[in-house]
Amino acid sequence: MTHQELIPHLFRTEFSKIVAVLCKLLGIEHIEIAEDIAGETFLSALESWPYKGIPENPAAWLYTVAKNKAKNKLKRDQLFAGKITREIKKAIDENNEACIDLSDQNITDSQLQMLFAICHPSIAEESQIGLALRILCGFGPDEIANAFLTNRETINKRLFRAREKLRKEKIKIEFPGEKEIGKRIEPVLTILYLLFNEGYYSESQNSILREDLCLEAMRLTYLLIENEKTNLSPVNALLSLFCFHASRFEARSNENGEIVLYQDQDRSKWNYELINKGIYYLQQASKGNMLTKYHLEASIAYWHTIKNDTQEKWDNILQLYNRLLQVEYSPIAALNRTYALAKAHSKQEAIIEAEKLKLINNPYYYSLLGHLYTGLDNEKAIGHLKMAISLAKSAADRDVLNKRIKKIE
Amino acid sequence: MLIFRHQDGSKLASPEQMQIWMKQTMDWIGSIAAQNKFSGGNGLPFDDAKVVHHKGIVTNGPFGEIKETIGGYIVVKADSVDEAVEFAKGSPVLQGDGNTVEVRKIAKGDGVH
Repeated sequence: MTHQELIPHLFRTEFSKIVAVLCKLLGIEHIEIAEDIAGETFLSALESWPYKGIPENPAAWLYTVAKNKAKNKLKRDQLFAGKITREIKKAIDENNEACIDLSDQNITDSQLQMLFAICHPSIAEESQIGLALRILCGFGPDEIANAFLTNRETINKRLFRAREKLRKEKIKIEFPGEKEIGKRIEPVLTILYLLFNEGYYSESQNSILREDLCLEAMRLTYLLIENEKTNLSPVNALLSLFCFHASRFEARSNENGEIVLYQDQDRSKWNYELINKGIYYLQQASKGNMLTKYHLEASIAYWHTIKNDTQEKWDNILQLYNRLLQVEYSPIAALNRTYALAKAHSKQEAIIEAEKLKLINNPYYYSLLGHLYTGLDNEKAIGHLKMAISLAKSAADRDVLNKRIKKIE
Repeated sequence: MLIFRHQDGSKLASPEQMQIWMKQTMDWIGSIAAQNKFSGGNGLPFDDAKVVHHKGIVTNGPFGEIKETIGGYIVVKADSVDEAVEFAKGSPVLQGDGNTVEVRKIAKGDGVH
C-alpha cells in the first residue's frame, strides 16, 4: 500500500481506537479534545510519511504520536489541565507511559465502553448512529452524510448535539453492571442493527461505503461476543442475522450495479463461509431460553439460505413471521409475512390477507399486491405496480418495477 | 380480549391434528399481528390445572363439570367491539361445535379495548 491508500485505511481503523482510549482517559466531556488529538495525529502522518517514508509499524507510530500530543496538550493547556482529575495530571507529570494505554485489551475495552456510552437512552437514535459512525468506526462527516443521503452541515449539527448531550448527562464510559447489562444491551443492539441496515438497504449509490457500514456493524457486534460480559444470546442472534444477510452481498447486484431480487439471484454467488458462520452463531444464540426479534429474524434469514423452494421452508418462514409480528410489528414484516403466506398456502389466500394490511402509502405494499395478482389478474397486477412506481423512493426501485410490468405485458 | 372456550383438544384428536390446529391458530394470530392489532396473549394448557374452592379445598382442573373451559386468550387492539368480533370469527377454535370465543373489553378507563 502506498501512503495515499494507507492513510485513509489506517484512519478508519486507528482513529476510533485512539479516540476511545483518550476519551476513556479524559472523560466523555472532553470527547472533542480526544477527536482533535486523533485528527492532529493523522495530520502529522500526512506531513511526515511522504518525506520520511512509511514507518515499519504505522499503527505504533500513530500511537506514539497520539500519546505525545495528549501529554503536551495536558501540560500546556493550564485551563484544560485544571478540569481533569489530579490522578491523570500526576500520571502525566511523572511521565508515566502506562497512563495512556494503547494496548489491544484497553483499546477493545474502551471501544466497547464507548459503545455503551453512545447508546445511552438519553441520546436521540439518529445521533447515536452518527456518533457511533464517527467515534467507533472513524467515518468522516462527508461519508456519514453520504450514507444518510443528507449534507455535511446536518451531520455536523447532529454530532454536535449528541456530544453536548453526552457532556450534560455526564455519561460515564464504563461497562454497565451485571444486573443492568441485559437492559443496556438493548439500545446497543438496536444501533448495531440500524447501522447494518443503513448499509444494507441504503439508497446511497456508493456501494463500497455501504458494505463498509455493514462490516463495521459486524465488527462491533463481534467485539461484544469476544467479551465475556457481553457475549449474550441476543448478540449472537444479531451477528448470525448479519452473517446470513452479508452472504448475499455479491449476488444482490449485477455488473451494472442494479438490484437483483432474492428469487432471481445467482445462488452460486452466495458466500457459504458466511452462511456457515451464521449457522454457528445461531446455534450459540439458541443456548438459554431467550427469544428476541433477532433470534426470529436470524432464523428467517437462515431459511432463506436454503436454495430450494420446499413446502417446509415456507411453512417455517410463515410461522417465524407470525411470531416476529407478535414480538414487534413493522410494515415490512407484515408484507413479508403475506409473501410467505402466498408461498406456503396460496396467492388467493394471501390477497385476502394483503388487503387487510391497508399500507396505502407504502410502495412495497403495492409491489406485493402486484406480485400476488400476477397470473391471476394481470390487469390488476399492472395497476398495483404502477401505483408502486408512483410511490417509489429511488430510481433503482422504479427500474425494477418497470421491468416487472414489461414482463407481464 | 378474546377468550377461547373449548374442550381439551388432546383428548379428542391426534397429535398431528393438534399440530394443524396449532398452525392455524398461529396463522390467525399472525394475521391480526400483521394488521398491527395484536397486543398479547397466552395459551392455557389443560394439564396440571387446579381449582381452589371455598374453604381451601383444591381439586384437579374444572373439566369434570364444564365441557368448554378456558383454553387461552389473546388481547387485540380493536377500534370497536364489532372489529374485535370480526377478528374472533376467524379463530380456528370455532371449527369445533360448541366451542366459543368470548369478546370482552379490558377495563382501562381510557375507552379503548
